[in-house]
Amino acid sequence: MPRAPSLPHALPLVAAAALLSLIVLPLAAIAVRGAPEFAAAVGAAEVRSAVALTAWTSAIALLVILLIGTPTAWLVARHRSRGWRIIDALLDLPVVLPPSVAGLGLLMAFGRTGLIGPVLNTLGIPLAFSTAAVIIAQVFVAAPLYVRAAIVGFRSVDRDLERVAMVEGAGAWQIFRFITLPLALPALMAGAVTAWARSLGEFGATILFAGNLVGRTQTMALAIYTSFQSDLPAALALTLLLLLASLTVLVTARLLRTADASS
Amino acid sequence: MNMNPHIRHTFRKLIATALILTTLFAGTQAHAQMPTGEITVYAAASLRDAFTAIGRDFEAKYPDTRVAFSFAGSQQLAEQIGYGAPADVFASANEKLMKAVVKTTRIDAAQAHRFAHNQLVVVYPKSNPARLRKLNDLAKKGVTLVLANKAVPAGGYALDFLNKAAAKPEFGLLYRTAVLSNIVSYEEDVRTVFAKIVLGEADAGIVYASDVLADKAKAVRTITIPVELNTVAVYPIAPLVDSPNPALAHAFVDYVLSPAGQATLKRYGFAIP
Repeated sequence: MPRAPSLPHALPLVAAAALLSLIVLPLAAIAVRGAPEFAAAVGAAEVRSAVALTAWTSAIALLVILLIGTPTAWLVARHRSRGWRIIDALLDLPVVLPPSVAGLGLLMAFGRTGLIGPVLNTLGIPLAFSTAAVIIAQVFVAAPLYVRAAIVGFRSVDRDLERVAMVEGAGAWQIFRFITLPLALPALMAGAVTAWARSLGEFGATILFAGNLVGRTQTMALAIYTSFQSDLPAALALTLLLLLASLTVLVTARLLRTADASS
Repeated sequence: MNMNPHIRHTFRKLIATALILTTLFAGTQAHAQMPTGEITVYAAASLRDAFTAIGRDFEAKYPDTRVAFSFAGSQQLAEQIGYGAPADVFASANEKLMKAVVKTTRIDAAQAHRFAHNQLVVVYPKSNPARLRKLNDLAKKGVTLVLANKAVPAGGYALDFLNKAAAKPEFGLLYRTAVLSNIVSYEEDVRTVFAKIVLGEADAGIVYASDVLADKAKAVRTITIPVELNTVAVYPIAPLVDSPNPALAHAFVDYVLSPAGQATLKRYGFAIP
């Protein structure tokens, strides 16, 4: 392989170093500032409660995303008409929306005085200030990341394989279960992992829509915001935990994708 | 003219010093007369409407000035100032947070002045979903309450109210426990509490009397908290010692304390110390 000339590399390298330090410096600063009091801060009841709440709400959010996102992605992947392309674009909307818009929108729709909130209330499902509201906010912001990856995954499946199976007499479910799903699986897993990372850190929509109460709606991101004003070591400890979790998740997603590419 | 280089150097130094002194002197002169330039005032969320009006009046009085505001919970502002935020004036909704900034040495305690008082009220949506009539109703099972978090001045004052009520036989310890267990959210500033009540998302909240006056849509009703249970919120204001425009920062503080500024605060529901 011919070596690339060294001079044109200099400028891109400087640029890359600048960008990398912008990303790495804050992380390093948090690790340096947070580490000394980390052990003590992690033991605090509010920190533990925020970690537990974040863990189980984001797990449920992920489950919901998989259950409703997978069929949606499959439909979008199998249709190319204009209507489906509009739906495709709509599904991406939460990714570009500011969190405040998402939160206010959810409040206006599902809040007690919102569009369908009163109906839910009379059915005995008050969402305002509930843990369910936290999960809804997480699904809202994270689902598009999974659906996007899943659509790409489903589209990459060789349609001829599915046709052959149909000719062989396989039913629609069998084709999905034994051909489409396994082939698209690495993409689905990578998407799920990214979506989970996003829901772990969800903040803006949650604080507007679900409120801020320890144990019920105060996730790690909210606890960081609140404790920043009164208890910096707790804020730093939570930041460090969230950072480690996100890093692990992203590296896992990358490994899954590499495994996919090499197989 | 042929000067010895050493003398010339000294001469230059002298001229420079004289120039600096003249500029400084001119600066203080201008301070006494007409301030110019731009400042940023960090003010408690509850001051939003009153200070916006005061800012307009101030700019009208001194046409060459611009006053920008950053409104948030006083605890957020104090924290930001502690981390070096470029504030020129700080107006807090309690004295504790002013003291916290004094500790960072960015404010001189001698330059902090009390400029307004406020007190708490209970607010509920006009539709009154929880059928509240009196303070005791806040303890009813199933009532949803929103407070500011305890680091926010309004949240601290609200907890003071509950502690005072707990000590009274007509309320008692059980009252405080019941009210606290009805709280569904602790917000980051008092105006967010108020917004959630205006929206009807919760059954009641505890805010400042002045916040209610800011509600032009008249979307809320109030329950008075009697004087013996209420805490007088004291608002101090001070210029930052490292303000790049101390003349303007002082002029703004002076204006808030002047009869015109005090009248505006009164119009927006604040009591005058």
